[in-house]
Amino acid sequence: MKRNICLFGLLIFLVVLPFFSGEFYVNLASQVFIFAVFAASINLLLGYGGLATLGHASYLGVAAYGSALIGLKLGLGHWIAAPAALVGTTLMAGAFGLIALRASGLGFLMLTLAMSQVLWGTAYRWVGLTDGDNGLRGLTRPAPFGIDLDSASAFYWFTLAVTVLSVWLMARFVRSPFGAALRGTRDQPRRMAALGHNVWLIRWITFVYAGFWGAVSGLLFVYYHKYIHPISLSLTNSAEGLLAVIAGGSGTLGGPLAGATIVMLLKNYASAYIERWNMLLGFVFVIIVVFMPEGVVPGSKRIYLKCRQRFASRA
Amino acid sequence: MSMQFWVIQTLNSLALGGLLFLLASGFSLIFGLMRIANLTHGGLFMLGAYLGVTILKVVPNLWVAALLAGLAVALFGGLLEKLILRKLSGNVLGQVLVTLGVAYIIADACLLIWGGDPVPIQTPAFLQQPLRVAGFAFPAYRLAVVVLAVLVGAILFFIMEKTRLGAMIRAGVDDMQMARAVGIPVSRLFTIVFCLGAGLAGAGGVIGGPIMSAYPGLDADMLPLALIVVILGGVGSLVGAFVGSFITGFVYTFGVALFPQLAYVILFLPMIFVIAFRPRGLFGRFAA
Repeated sequence: MKRNICLFGLLIFLVVLPFFSGEFYVNLASQVFIFAVFAASINLLLGYGGLATLGHASYLGVAAYGSALIGLKLGLGHWIAAPAALVGTTLMAGAFGLIALRASGLGFLMLTLAMSQVLWGTAYRWVGLTDGDNGLRGLTRPAPFGIDLDSASAFYWFTLAVTVLSVWLMARFVRSPFGAALRGTRDQPRRMAALGHNVWLIRWITFVYAGFWGAVSGLLFVYYHKYIHPISLSLTNSAEGLLAVIAGGSGTLGGPLAGATIVMLLKNYASAYIERWNMLLGFVFVIIVVFMPEGVVPGSKRIYLKCRQRFASRA
Repeated sequence: MSMQFWVIQTLNSLALGGLLFLLASGFSLIFGLMRIANLTHGGLFMLGAYLGVTILKVVPNLWVAALLAGLAVALFGGLLEKLILRKLSGNVLGQVLVTLGVAYIIADACLLIWGGDPVPIQTPAFLQQPLRVAGFAFPAYRLAVVVLAVLVGAILFFIMEKTRLGAMIRAGVDDMQMARAVGIPVSRLFTIVFCLGAGLAGAGGVIGGPIMSAYPGLDADMLPLALIVVILGGVGSLVGAFVGSFITGFVYTFGVALFPQLAYVILFLPMIFVIAFRPRGLFGRFAA
């Protein structure tokens, strides 16, 4: 109950944010939301399925490129480009899942990484289609129901609505009986198989579902930037998403959202002051993995409880 | 397309295959023994190439530079293993993420120190003239790279199959707990294998220098190729790394030459084929 009130308060705060804050912060918040959807979709695989993926940028990037190319090359509107990009990317996730789920553990990680690197390299080299390193310019934002999304706050509300819907649907997914089975395959795959569950199929469905939400974040990404570059398919992008999940705490619903906020703020503020974002990213990786392996949210909780306990025993 | 085209491309494929073997054999052994997907490996290759550039300014001999850079990178790898990776043993995901983090640090440090422009590495003088056999011109340096890779492969094969150290490593790959139980110092083996793998990657960077030069992004270009080699050949297998390297070398080189825009998509095909029919890879001892 208390938790619901807190969430409701947070939602109200987020809805009214554009009325009192400047455009910079509204745009930053939009980017945090987009990244949060991306991180939450990685969390489905990593946190609930125990499948560490280093190729999730594929779905973000392919959906973004798909929507952009359908608009630019075929001249079709967003009402057809967006669903086509989502369907196409989800189908690709289905095919990639068939390949990647031939293995689990590190093999899965290597396969997802190798496949996404192939897409990244192709986006760079297939200049005729993607314009290579120049990226695709001149993209537009959609105008759902005639509402123009070009202003920062209109796009912010649109992104907020999509984010809330996405996170709610992902929460429904992991809290369903299917989600319980998924956690079962994470913790005890052999027992789950012995109980008659089809472990492979549970993982594959999750893989496709996560790919779909990755594609949704990709659409938001390309609408926000109105530009797409091969870098969005890169290992760095996948790794930043994974870092957000781990920093926030994998296998929790709030973790990826907190982690996405942390990574996005760090990226935006740090890159304003220091040039070497990649080096900082590397150090953040090492520090979080070595010192806060369970994530910043559970980690702070643990430290908080420890402090309170110590304080209580003293009193 | 002329005959010379096919000859040159074949030789390019072999040279790339040789370089990939220097990179991927270490990756595969580390993966096989320690169950670590060392994502720093591309970075170590690049670090080796850049160190080679600096060493060549002092010692103008490519082979000495390769040896010294290899030793330096091996030392770096040993420190990485002892100081960080060992602390995370058992935490597979943590180890992968740390190696990824270190890869970013290396890439950015190289950019900081050596700048953003590609730095060429000179081909040794006596290998600059192409070799002329039966009317065809063969670039001599590429031939030398192939010979070197085969030599290194033979030495590694000898170490793995005929020496006590190799027998211990093989035992560790096959059943680590049993190896520990019979008194094999597995932890020391970890350090040795990690140093060896890192050193080979570093030396490979210098050897590859005259062909591909040192540039930012070299790590990101090499890492996927190494991954594909290991997926094809199977983890923990030297023969697998050897065969996988040359397959990947051929597919990539001819892909770039014939379908430049789709070279990466073509790389995909042998990988899917192997994964579909033999998920552990051609010569893998176990599924990764």
